[in-house]
Amino acid sequence: MSAFRSALHYLAGQLREIGLFIALIAIILFFQITTNGITLKPINVSNLIVQNSYILILAIGMVMVIIAGHIDLSVGSVVAFVGAMAGVMITQWHVPWWAAIVLCLGIGALVGMWQGFWIAYFGIPAFIVTLAGMLTFRGLTQIALQNQQISPFPDEFRALGSGFLPDLGGGTSPLEPLTVVLGILATLLLTVQGIRQRAARKKHAVEDEPFAWFLSKLIFTAVLILLITYLLAGYRGTPVVLIVLGLLVVVYSAVMHNSVFGRHIYAIGGNLNAAVLSGVKTKRLTFLLFVNMGVIAALAGLVFTAQLNLANPKAGDGFELDAIAAVFIGGAAVTGGIGTVTGAIIGGLIIGILNNGMSILGVGTEFQQLIKGLVLLAAVAFDVYNKRRSGVR
Amino acid sequence: MAMNILEMRNITKTFPGVKALQDVSLEVQRGHIHAICGENGAGKSTLMKVLSGVYPHGTYDGEIAFENETVEFKSINDSEAAGVVIIHQELALSPYLSIAENIFLGNEQEKRGWIDWNKTNLEASKLLARVGLKDNPITKIMDIGVGKQQLVEIAKALSKEVKLLILDEPTAALNDEDSAHLLDLIKHLQGQGITSIMISHKLNEIKAIADEVTIIRDGKTIETLDMHADQISEERIIKGMVGRDLESRYPDHTPHIGEEILRIEDWTVYHPLDHGRAVVKDANISVRAGEIVGIAGLMGAGRTELAMSVFGHSYGHNISGKVFKNGVEIKTNTVAAAIGHGLAYATEDRKRYGLNLIEDIKRNISAAALEKLANLGWVDANKETVVAEGYRKSMNIKAPTVEALAGKLSGGNQQKVVLSKWMYSNPDVLILDEPTRGIDVGAKYEIYGIINRLADEGKGVIVISSELPELLGICDRIYALSEGRITADVPREKATAEYLMQYMTQERERDHE
Repeated sequence: MSAFRSALHYLAGQLREIGLFIALIAIILFFQITTNGITLKPINVSNLIVQNSYILILAIGMVMVIIAGHIDLSVGSVVAFVGAMAGVMITQWHVPWWAAIVLCLGIGALVGMWQGFWIAYFGIPAFIVTLAGMLTFRGLTQIALQNQQISPFPDEFRALGSGFLPDLGGGTSPLEPLTVVLGILATLLLTVQGIRQRAARKKHAVEDEPFAWFLSKLIFTAVLILLITYLLAGYRGTPVVLIVLGLLVVVYSAVMHNSVFGRHIYAIGGNLNAAVLSGVKTKRLTFLLFVNMGVIAALAGLVFTAQLNLANPKAGDGFELDAIAAVFIGGAAVTGGIGTVTGAIIGGLIIGILNNGMSILGVGTEFQQLIKGLVLLAAVAFDVYNKRRSGVR
Repeated sequence: MAMNILEMRNITKTFPGVKALQDVSLEVQRGHIHAICGENGAGKSTLMKVLSGVYPHGTYDGEIAFENETVEFKSINDSEAAGVVIIHQELALSPYLSIAENIFLGNEQEKRGWIDWNKTNLEASKLLARVGLKDNPITKIMDIGVGKQQLVEIAKALSKEVKLLILDEPTAALNDEDSAHLLDLIKHLQGQGITSIMISHKLNEIKAIADEVTIIRDGKTIETLDMHADQISEERIIKGMVGRDLESRYPDHTPHIGEEILRIEDWTVYHPLDHGRAVVKDANISVRAGEIVGIAGLMGAGRTELAMSVFGHSYGHNISGKVFKNGVEIKTNTVAAAIGHGLAYATEDRKRYGLNLIEDIKRNISAAALEKLANLGWVDANKETVVAEGYRKSMNIKAPTVEALAGKLSGGNQQKVVLSKWMYSNPDVLILDEPTRGIDVGAKYEIYGIINRLADEGKGVIVISSELPELLGICDRIYALSEGRITADVPREKATAEYLMQYMTQERERDHE
């Protein structure tokens, strides 16, 4: 009985995490029913991932910025600027596509250094600096493109946004073999990693989550990955951008969890003064954080441009808001110090599925905006309510 | 019965999982000064929040009678309307508004929605006169000191026609002079028929002005002592608070003093905003291995400023002077450099400068020495847990696991987390700024023990404190600081409170002449 109760108590502490998953599943099921099964059709799942990839990529960088207690409003414009530069380089300067990608990531880093300098070393609030950046980089985009669109891009470059890994089944097998192999591999890796971590915690006598909860989480994750694998394998296989996204999630989750850099980000967001007096080099950290955000925004810009096969002066408009919304739906705190990469990804998926489902249902964009706004408000209200109840802070 | 202005009967207040108050009863006589004391977390503040309606009627069990009528306060507004005003430990004044505006905040002197400034300032002047404050009511709050701000809070309470004034640790942030003035004022208001409830850790203050003292321990009333009836000693009150006889408030300690470990020469620091003002002037201090050195000074003497400017230039402008470690000059321009040279500074303000309250214990403990746990930038989280767990046990941090949030701990336990953090960074010299501020008697004793242990390990310890008895109780040598100047270097044998006070006030008097 007491074991059951302590399990319940534990779950109550994880309410936010569980709530987010339940919300995601509920939304998926809702659309699955109302769209008569279109939502979970292989082609739609594939599209969902591809079409939301750049917002999810942005959300990874954004959650780090927000955990540190800052914000970045410029990412939408940076996406456009990088897309424009990619277009100019490839079509006008005839730079090879791979070199253009490297150079564009470099541009992202420069953008980040520029903004990071004013924020970290000059002490201007990120809100102002990136608001200015939102305008400047939009302006630079239009200058670079001379207010024209650039198209088309070479196929190799487009693969980054809309390509798939090679089909090993030769297009004839009902399930694409490479995707199946990758899916099973990912499941195995995650399971082994989970078990190893639990064993290590046990060895160090850390009080751990209840076994039943651990097991159900493991099974849930495995089923989820295998389901997605099954659906993707039934269409055209693994999108290139899913591999990019997967790598980013794994690497940045690890960084935020276990690296000194990530820990220091939580430290300055949780209490800047205490972090300074603990010897954290807060200025350098903030600077690097924005450089990182710049590179990630550049990557999102490349993916987006590759996907549309178009560099457009109006590209990326409002992306910053989607990314910020994803981060807050994913449980980050407005005041900093709290948030996770996986949370931001789930938040981004919730927004993506809402967009996708409502579009299938033919809901007008005005109602889509309205509903997304209410979802964001509800998610944060739930957070605030939860915190007040548990008496943290 | 008619004598009592307030009777709280059998108050029980439960938070999820914790019984914060259990059958607490409190009777306060009209026109008396009633002190409440108890260890941190004993339930004093909770009881006052029940009384003032912060926890509305219905969220607790029990009964409150104010002026012989049962009352059911649903909010602070209700209790203030009845004449019960609470002044919190953290002052609730807006720094950018004037004294007068603050006094009438939420209670504006208005005519049809427009503020009557003449009336506001005139009424404010009258109230200021009652609390003995001569400042102009249009002065901004940020331009007056904490002591005066406290008086403005009381003036604000008077403007609400207060009958029962509740003061939560009113002198915690005040120096001795301001404290004495405040206590006089409370006494003076008593003469005007205002009843006061005062929560305080400072037993000498309770002795000085309280008529009764109620002791609360673990959410229960232990006893109410009549301060006039018998000779109630401080030891007697402490016994009630901790439930045991505290033989000595300071653990015995035989120092083993070695070579000089740190010396600061001609240290001068200017104010970060007012560049012409020297906050610390030509200070020379040193500490030897195994030695506990005190810095005594009144508020505003530059104690924290001295410490923080040495620790990575965290305070001040145009800092000059030299720092020697084991006889070799070192640079401590950044916090990282200071930590690298084996310095540690535990702040006087744990919540603002010491801890990440929304993070757990283990991550707070590892915060200053994360690289010790890291390999090529990656933190070994398991090792971190083991380290933190070790400190939880050795420092007696009362928390179920090291994954409890720092913000949920009591003051004493938070301080132990801060100390653990700096112990893990393995410094040679620790500067502890007000290490026992806001901490209950039992936990203080533990902190003193930790300080002794650090000295016995051969570290140099510098203790900054507002409480002279504390410095006299634990230090091997004490510097007196006045207006940024070191005015005396007093060995333990010669140190008395009177002797030190003479030097702590020395410069100030000369300036007045």
